[in-house]
Amino acid sequence: MGLRVAAIVVRHLFLYRRSLARAGEVFFWPVMDLLVWGFLTRYLQEHEIPLGVGWLLGGVIFWDILYRSQQAITLSLHEEIWVRNVLNVFLSPLSMGEYLLATSLMGIIKATLTLAVLGSLAYLFYAFNIWTMGLALVPFVACLLLFGWAVGMVTMAIILRYGQAAEALVWGVPFLLQPFSAVFYPLEALPAGAQVFSRLLPSTYVFEGMRAALTTGAVEGRLLATAFLLDLIYLAFGAAFFAWMFRIVQEKGYLSRLGME
Amino acid sequence: MSDATVIQVEGLTKRFGDLVAVDNLSFSVQRGEILGLLGPNGAGKTTTIQMMLGLTTPTAGTVRILGMDIRRHRREILQRVNFSSAYVALPSNLTVLENLTVFAWLYGIRRPRKRIEALLELFEIPQVLHQITGALSSGQQTRVNLCKAFLNDPEVLFLDEPTASLDPDIAEKVRSTLLHIQKERGVTMVYTSHNMREVELVCDRLLFLSRGKVIASGTPKEVIRRARSRSLEDVFIRIARGGVLVDTQQPEED
Ligand SMILES: Nc1ncnc2c1ncn2[C@@H]1O[C@H](COP(=O)(O)OP(=O)(O)O)[C@@H](O)[C@H]1O
Ligand SMILES: [Mg+2]
Repeated sequence: MGLRVAAIVVRHLFLYRRSLARAGEVFFWPVMDLLVWGFLTRYLQEHEIPLGVGWLLGGVIFWDILYRSQQAITLSLHEEIWVRNVLNVFLSPLSMGEYLLATSLMGIIKATLTLAVLGSLAYLFYAFNIWTMGLALVPFVACLLLFGWAVGMVTMAIILRYGQAAEALVWGVPFLLQPFSAVFYPLEALPAGAQVFSRLLPSTYVFEGMRAALTTGAVEGRLLATAFLLDLIYLAFGAAFFAWMFRIVQEKGYLSRLGME
Repeated sequence: MSDATVIQVEGLTKRFGDLVAVDNLSFSVQRGEILGLLGPNGAGKTTTIQMMLGLTTPTAGTVRILGMDIRRHRREILQRVNFSSAYVALPSNLTVLENLTVFAWLYGIRRPRKRIEALLELFEIPQVLHQITGALSSGQQTRVNLCKAFLNDPEVLFLDEPTASLDPDIAEKVRSTLLHIQKERGVTMVYTSHNMREVELVCDRLLFLSRGKVIASGTPKEVIRRARSRSLEDVFIRIARGGVLVDTQQPEED
């Protein structure tokens, strides 16, 4: 099992080593994001608009972890479809569980790289030090990764079921979640109705917890525990949804669209 | 099911809504045999292969490969089976060595370098080892795909139009290498192709499908004789245009 999972991970690492454009995806866009919010933060501070230290910068860094984690899963399937390699993979002894695990590991790798790059740049450019969170970063990042996997499983299942036509929609899914996840503002900034929905998302508790940790230095275990519990529920739902869609795909014979005439 | 029976298909049926793509198909393939699955577009070849490999769920019927049911033992079966198709490619942006290493690992081969080199040698393309797969000629790519298909020393090989994109010279080379390995290792093969001359050369036995049903079967010679045609191409054209053949299943009474 380990060898098969490693095979898929290494397959993508080979790709990133060779393709600058794809490696850029891990660095270029996140850094652009960081610059935008960094300059905004600096501007607001210069005009003495009170703003929690690093709210926006912490938000953008954490958001990117969630985003990378979800995209890693979807992108790896997209890549196989793109190069017409899906059937080679699906007709090997690799199980779907192993495939999902491998793509999730890609998510960890990408998110860790992004965290390292953005964390360092935020410190250099804007003197925002996310590393002051220390080991508390680990549970926060883990909660974001898990939620990213759950959403990734759902989007991957949608691509398998509805094909390339659904991809445009799939890229947008994280941005449907962003406004409700209280990424750049506290939960109470949202209208009451939206708050109800926000409270159902694990990401909301992570961003609330991050702000608390950056402001007071204290890690609120209750927020993290809530996020983690919700993560488990979403993961179970994501896996069930994936299994359900995959069964439909097999019944409808849609895998042929992925490369058999 | 005797020991020599490697593939056993029984009552295999697939309906897509009102369309019966595969209609109560039964056949078996013996160890070392090369079965040609033929028929006009839409006959049900791909759907049949997909059900045999567990990619598509049958409406009815069973598929047993190497004595195991594909629904229940899919991964054990896939460990001992392989597949290559003109419509499926290896990642174009990886080198041949990288690609074949990844697939060797997927098949559980931990140190595959020697085997990869030997296979490339066998298909007469040792020079491509470190080249980017997407930059190879289509003939070289096809042969790399076939190297992938032989990585796990498969007992059963599914080949979907393996020579479709090749010029006649390379196609001939690939075919003879394929037959050479097949004879040497006793691989059982399921082969589809639209090239009737090739089918005649390669396949031990044919199943002609039309509208999901077997419409003719036997060795290439038998099929030609029973259809009272001059060549397989003739048979194919008659099936494609009329969809029927006279007394194909009955033994000859000369
Ligand atoms: N996933 C699918 N959904 C609906 N109809 C399908 C699907 N796949 C194949 N068909 C139909 O089933 C019939 C057999 O197709 P196929 O197995 O691809 O034939 P062949 O490979 O012999 O050309 C065709 O009429 C085709 O249109
Ligand atoms: Mg076909």
